[in-house]
Amino acid sequence: MRLRLVPQDTAWDFMKYRKFTFGASIVAMIASVIIWLSVGLNFGIDFLGGTTIRTESTQAVDVGSYRDALNPLELGDVVITEVSDPTFRADQNVALIRIQAQDGAEAVTPETITAVEGALRGLDPEITFPSVESVGPKVSGELITTALLAVSASLVAILFYIWLRFEWQFSVGAVAALFHDVILTIGVFSLLQIRFDLATIAAILTIIGYSINDTVVIFDRLRENLIKFKKTPLIDVMNKSVNETLSRTLMTSGTTILALVALIVLGGDVIRGFVFAILWGVLVGTYSSVYVAKNVVLMLGVDRDPKKPSDAGTQFANIDA
Amino acid sequence: MLEIPLWKRLTILIVCLTGLALALPNVFYTRAERHNDAVTAIERGTVVTDELQADLDQWPGALPSSVVNLGLDLRGGAHLLAEVQLEDVYASRIDGYWPEVRDTLRGLRDQVGGIRRVDDGPADELRVRVSNPEGLQAAVNAVRGLARPTVSLTGVGQNDIEVSGAGDTLTLRLSEAERAATDDRTMAQSLEIIRRRVDEAGTREPTIQRQGTDRILIQVPGIGSAQELKELIGTTAKLTFHPVVRTSSDAQERVSSDEVLMPSLDEPGTFYILERLPVVTGDDLVDSQPAFDQRGQPAVTFRFNPSGARAFGVYTAENVGALFAVALDNEVVTAPRINEPIPSGSGQITGNFTVEEANRQAVLLRAGALPAGMEFLEERTVGPELGQDSIDAGKVASLVAMAAVVVFMVASYGLFGAFATVALAINVALIFGVLSLIGGTLTLPGIAGIVLTIGMAVDANVLVFERIREELKTARGPARAIALGYERALSAIVDANITTFIVATILFTLGSGPVRGFAVTLGIGILTSVFTAIFVTRVLIVLWFERRRPKTIEV
Repeated sequence: MRLRLVPQDTAWDFMKYRKFTFGASIVAMIASVIIWLSVGLNFGIDFLGGTTIRTESTQAVDVGSYRDALNPLELGDVVITEVSDPTFRADQNVALIRIQAQDGAEAVTPETITAVEGALRGLDPEITFPSVESVGPKVSGELITTALLAVSASLVAILFYIWLRFEWQFSVGAVAALFHDVILTIGVFSLLQIRFDLATIAAILTIIGYSINDTVVIFDRLRENLIKFKKTPLIDVMNKSVNETLSRTLMTSGTTILALVALIVLGGDVIRGFVFAILWGVLVGTYSSVYVAKNVVLMLGVDRDPKKPSDAGTQFANIDA
Repeated sequence: MLEIPLWKRLTILIVCLTGLALALPNVFYTRAERHNDAVTAIERGTVVTDELQADLDQWPGALPSSVVNLGLDLRGGAHLLAEVQLEDVYASRIDGYWPEVRDTLRGLRDQVGGIRRVDDGPADELRVRVSNPEGLQAAVNAVRGLARPTVSLTGVGQNDIEVSGAGDTLTLRLSEAERAATDDRTMAQSLEIIRRRVDEAGTREPTIQRQGTDRILIQVPGIGSAQELKELIGTTAKLTFHPVVRTSSDAQERVSSDEVLMPSLDEPGTFYILERLPVVTGDDLVDSQPAFDQRGQPAVTFRFNPSGARAFGVYTAENVGALFAVALDNEVVTAPRINEPIPSGSGQITGNFTVEEANRQAVLLRAGALPAGMEFLEERTVGPELGQDSIDAGKVASLVAMAAVVVFMVASYGLFGAFATVALAINVALIFGVLSLIGGTLTLPGIAGIVLTIGMAVDANVLVFERIREELKTARGPARAIALGYERALSAIVDANITTFIVATILFTLGSGPVRGFAVTLGIGILTSVFTAIFVTRVLIVLWFERRRPKTIEV
């Protein structure tokens, strides 16, 4: 007996609720943008400049007394958060201290770090500092530019590749789906105030990679079915394609989610935000492949001139193992 | 239909075995690493001791021994991004022109009158005021005659200085071409000196790279903190010997443009007024060692090259009885009286050094002075324990992820799922093999990349298996269905992976540090997973099929 995530030969009408789902997607995107603009992202020092110090001690973390110890140093905005994680040992108490970029100092002042470390040692002689990271405002500005550039370059490159291999409607649909995924990820990061840093950008690019993967598989089947069923209405061909690829979609998402859940539970707190972004992206990406990418293609329509032999995308198809 | 030619089977087998062999040292990471360190030590000419031989024997030399480099976030260490203050060098270059300009203009005394260097402009300009403004044009022309062609590839045919005159002031500045050439030299020199200093500390595989026009990225695994690294590379240790003009106790004392005021290193309140141009500099230094003087105090010895020794010998011979100052980083360490000429070109600096200080000063002197100051834009320290914790967590997560995917695949596709699992194991081995081969760096996001690949790698197989299921409904016989399944799933696999690969490439190009490590593992993972999913599982299935010849198959 085999595990089946979906029954054989489904003929579910995915496109029936397309107006509702598409509307929901748009609402979610608008909500994301509103949250993003009103609450804002919790930028890490990569983008904001400043210093983060990770402390570790056998004694329990007392955020209040840490703050009292650091107050006399007048460092401006200091954020202290206790970190807890299932992978920690029982006597492993970790906190993260984030200090804003100090006015006028491009270079990071070692005096500040020494002062902070000294103040905390006075409070708790057992304390150690497993990681200290500082980024100056000049670099953080450049990192923002690079990150934006990376995301846009990916979107453009994918737009171009899909257009080359399929038709322009598909490529618009695919990029719309990617855009949707990116916006929703930014939205959830704003909502939950998860730290947004360089690794998050890498995660977003990974989401783009995963989501496009999913979209392309459905598009590939759609292309094949469009040639096979020349007279069937586009919406029915789409439904058929989604149904045919459904088992695969859920299998792949399933294995990926399994792997990511293992990582999110057991991988430690350092990469939790990164893995969370990817996990979220896999969920949203799977959804958007069906409900955003195809909806957009449906709205744009596909040129199905029966006289024109469609040989797009077959140039790699005769590779033999 | 299911035939695969023998050469293809062999090629696939050889690729898999090579990958496994390349990945093997990573399983015995510490042993392979000790072996590699021993090999490097022997290549450098270290005498083979028993201990070294024991390390060497940790790993058989016949097998591949390269292991993946662990990124700073896994191994622990320090990361610095420094910006070299290129303008610093312009000022000292400009200073170098002054004696020449002075002598030239003195030769024109009857036209330009008296001359005086003025310091009211920016530091990278030489301004000279003449008492007879009518002669300024003649002065400008004469100084222009001092220009030399720029020595660089891009600035061919351009002169090194630009001279202009306004009112009673002559201004000399470096030309754009000369600035660019100077920048390049400064960067090359800085890189070289940082490399030497970091090497003196004897750490493993430091990364020292130029980034952009004026930045240097320094990553040193295993060093305690970024602070320590900064102390190692950031101290200038510029050694200069100046004739002493007079001493003073006033820090604000006005000095002429040919002179410079330096504080004493260990006598607060004492200041020396020295001739600005040093007799000899650290550039002429060939060696420096920590030592003890006659009274048993720690000292630093130095030895000059022949030209330095000659200059020093001539100066001491002509100035017996005068004071001269030994200055380190613009502080006077000692200002002894010249008792006799020193023709040998070697000597000893005694100050109130501790043994450690003497040792460090000698190291810094040997490495030479950084040509320009550095500002640190970014610094990161990761402790080794945190790195080890991350490795352990990553290992557990990968194994659990793998087990979960295996169970899921076998439950869904039975025997075919088992084939996919074998391919998955080979895939992970191939990722490590390729990473070791190209000397790639594994970072924490890189581990996440591998886990993600484990999840996504089965995608190609899922595509194929699902397709085989569909083809089984219509095709004539299982062999035909398998063949069609692979054939028809291919375009989806290729398109899906090429797009992901595009993203990995962009990440690699624009990312840095850990993100770049992630891009590398993701990219390699895509290549190897397509290979294992298309070729390896196919060979496995065909081998099984040929042996059993089943009439029906269940996927």
